[in-house]
Amino acid sequence: MTYTERLENVSVLGAAGKMGSGILLLTAIEMADLSLKPENKDRLFVLNAVDISHKALGELMQFLKTQVRKIAEKKTVQLRKIYQEREDLIENEEIIDQYIFDVLNIVRPVTVLEATYESTLIFEAIIENPALKVKILTQIDRNNKKSPWFFTNTSSIPIHQLDESAELGGRIIGYHFYNPPAVQKLVELIQAKNTLPEIVEFANALAKNLRKKIVPSNDFAGFIGNGHFMRDALYGISEVQRLVNEMSFVEAVYTVNRISQDFLIRPMGIFQLIDYVGLDVCQYIMSVMNPHVQDEDLHSDLLDSFIKMGVKGGQYADGSQKDGFLKYEKGRPVGIYDADKKSYIPITEFQANIDEKLGPLPKSALSWKAIIGSSEKEEQLKVIFTELKTMKTVGSELAIRYGIRSKQIAEKLVSDNVAKTGEDVNTVLLTGFYHAYGPINAYFD
Amino acid sequence: MKKLRRKVYMVAGYNTISMGTGRKEFNPKKPRPGLEHYIKEAGQATLKKIGGAQNVDDCVIGNFMASRFNKQANLGAFFPMIDEGLRYKPGIAVEGACASGGLALMAGIKSILAETADVVLAVGFEVQNTVKAIYGADILAGAGWFMERKSGHAYFFPGKFSDRAGAYFEKYGRERTRKAMARWYRNAVENARLCPTAQEYNNTVKDLEAQGMMEPTPNSFVDHLNVFDCSKVSDGASAIAIVSEEGLKKIGIPSNETVEIMGFTHIQDDITKQPPEITALKTTNLAVKYALEIAGISINELATVETHDCFTIAGVMATEAIGFAKPGEGPDFILAGNTARDGKIPFNTTGGLIGWGHPTGATGVHQAVTVWEQLTGNAGAAQIQIPKDRSYALSVNMGGDDKTLVSIVYHRG
Repeated sequence: MTYTERLENVSVLGAAGKMGSGILLLTAIEMADLSLKPENKDRLFVLNAVDISHKALGELMQFLKTQVRKIAEKKTVQLRKIYQEREDLIENEEIIDQYIFDVLNIVRPVTVLEATYESTLIFEAIIENPALKVKILTQIDRNNKKSPWFFTNTSSIPIHQLDESAELGGRIIGYHFYNPPAVQKLVELIQAKNTLPEIVEFANALAKNLRKKIVPSNDFAGFIGNGHFMRDALYGISEVQRLVNEMSFVEAVYTVNRISQDFLIRPMGIFQLIDYVGLDVCQYIMSVMNPHVQDEDLHSDLLDSFIKMGVKGGQYADGSQKDGFLKYEKGRPVGIYDADKKSYIPITEFQANIDEKLGPLPKSALSWKAIIGSSEKEEQLKVIFTELKTMKTVGSELAIRYGIRSKQIAEKLVSDNVAKTGEDVNTVLLTGFYHAYGPINAYFD
Repeated sequence: MKKLRRKVYMVAGYNTISMGTGRKEFNPKKPRPGLEHYIKEAGQATLKKIGGAQNVDDCVIGNFMASRFNKQANLGAFFPMIDEGLRYKPGIAVEGACASGGLALMAGIKSILAETADVVLAVGFEVQNTVKAIYGADILAGAGWFMERKSGHAYFFPGKFSDRAGAYFEKYGRERTRKAMARWYRNAVENARLCPTAQEYNNTVKDLEAQGMMEPTPNSFVDHLNVFDCSKVSDGASAIAIVSEEGLKKIGIPSNETVEIMGFTHIQDDITKQPPEITALKTTNLAVKYALEIAGISINELATVETHDCFTIAGVMATEAIGFAKPGEGPDFILAGNTARDGKIPFNTTGGLIGWGHPTGATGVHQAVTVWEQLTGNAGAAQIQIPKDRSYALSVNMGGDDKTLVSIVYHRG
């Protein structure tokens, strides 16, 4: 089966979800672009968008339409060439509208699993629940006569476990996109020990066409991305629990969040990142990973208690941030949740005090935004962190501890054989988490 | 054509801000003022300077594509919105693509010459940020022949001038020309930084020429131009009063606060035909030649030029079309510093279309306002020296790919 034939009938499970919708968008574009090639004009391309709610699928189609328009607007120069034989399409607007239709016309929004029984490729992006994943994959595989390939977007469940439990005979691979899939360049590729080599070959070809960067991860729960993030998050939480001896809880959350953002020059603080992913999602991923690790306990009582109180973070359907550890206005943190008072305390109430306690940023400091686009990034970071190390302030010491811990986590991923190299860990953090520098570095030594 | 049979003056010019990317206050995601705001601001400012609407006999408004950018036609009927005093007075709209503003001036001048009016209010405007650039390209393509749209580039007009640049590179050498285009960009932005209404007024880029040398990206844009080679997408309006000697008395403004129109030309080339020579602006050349003939001067008597630099390559070619450089030598003329504000003949002293902005239908009027400011000493920080022996100014306003041309020669009144 050729690359194109493999993509003639595809299904995305959980298509209306945060990850599924992005995977659907990317796949729909790739399939539409194939369908528009003259040599494929007699082929029929079908992409089943499978989810449980008609309402969510309706919203998905609206999302797709908006996103495909943006993509079309960026590649109109190419689209004019693709549609050059179509004499009825003259203006950019007509060409863009046609392209939107051609992409959406491939997508079949459905709520029944039967639609997947004709597919040769199935993306799985449902909830991170091993038993449910196994159940659905098993059902599809038993009814689908085409021996489909399964690309699972799990971010934590070992692939061999899914392969064995669903009896897929190696027709599965971990294909872990980062959120949002249409934007983030990284795909973690996880082969189970039985994954068929032709699947790996196809997976690499697909990533190339989707303009994604592949980082191979070994088949250990959590892989590289969550392997680092979950431990980094637990460290942030443990720092809060240590700091509450000298300040209030909300002040400690503010402190650790600010240290991990402004002092470490990351795109967002650790608690904002937990909110972004969702407290419940983090809790779940840890619970999936925890049985597979021997020498540590990936679990947080604090997360459990917050989730119990209904503080969960995550995002609204329009992509805006729900309140979690932090409260947001126009996407910016303005308050921090106080578990005793069961309400958010405005940051402005204590910000000045704590900032003074932490001390200033290095004089040479730059924002993450300024660093990320800089051509002299490495040199600038070296200057900033060298200065940081000379400062001996509360803030600088917390930041250095944090940087060192992040490096330990990364090195352990290599020594535990989750990542093949330190470079791979750095790539995941750089491309999947938009960090300005990888955790394995000499800045904090 | 002979000299003007009646004296014609321009006075009381006004430019709104040229709004769009580059301006600090511009946010594409937030709602912005519509065409009404711009027409009103510019029109009212000029009326105030000439003693109010009761002094106005006739009105003309220049606009290119409000019919598509804003879904609005019948533009003459916006004059009474500017001022109740213009109600039940004549007001026409004229269109000639990016030369619409120039055509508004033409129509006003002709009303004065025909003695049907002593005071004409001329307004030009365009509000283009209503659509994204990729759709704006469709709308602006209306300045070309629609039969060519299908085979044309997604960015139709940048495509046209990219082809001209490519041919020019081939014929006269790429490196020198590219450098001259980057210099043109630098001059434009440096001039714009001196004019508070300019779109590039807030520009703080240090090495503008290096930025201007950025390699083009044919996959997403055109083959031979980068974005810095292109004029801006702008919202804005300009207004000026066109007045006879009697009119000056009526509005009570002395002639030395005005510019006098010494010569003017409006000519067209066939929109369905390719240019006779792709590396030259033939229609521009003829329009300037005729305007100078009517004024009875040579280019050596010019103190400043406002030329239609919709693209840097159009600026380069204009130096040749106007006669400052021989074919192929425009780049040398520019690189020698002649067109800079302290050069032999300062071009586009408030930034031109690339630096000040290009609200298409306003541009012709904006050029006249800039000339009026310079020749009467009202250009503020952007003021240049006007030598006594070279005291004339020239404007060149182009619609389409060298198709509709308006050229005017001015002198202080």
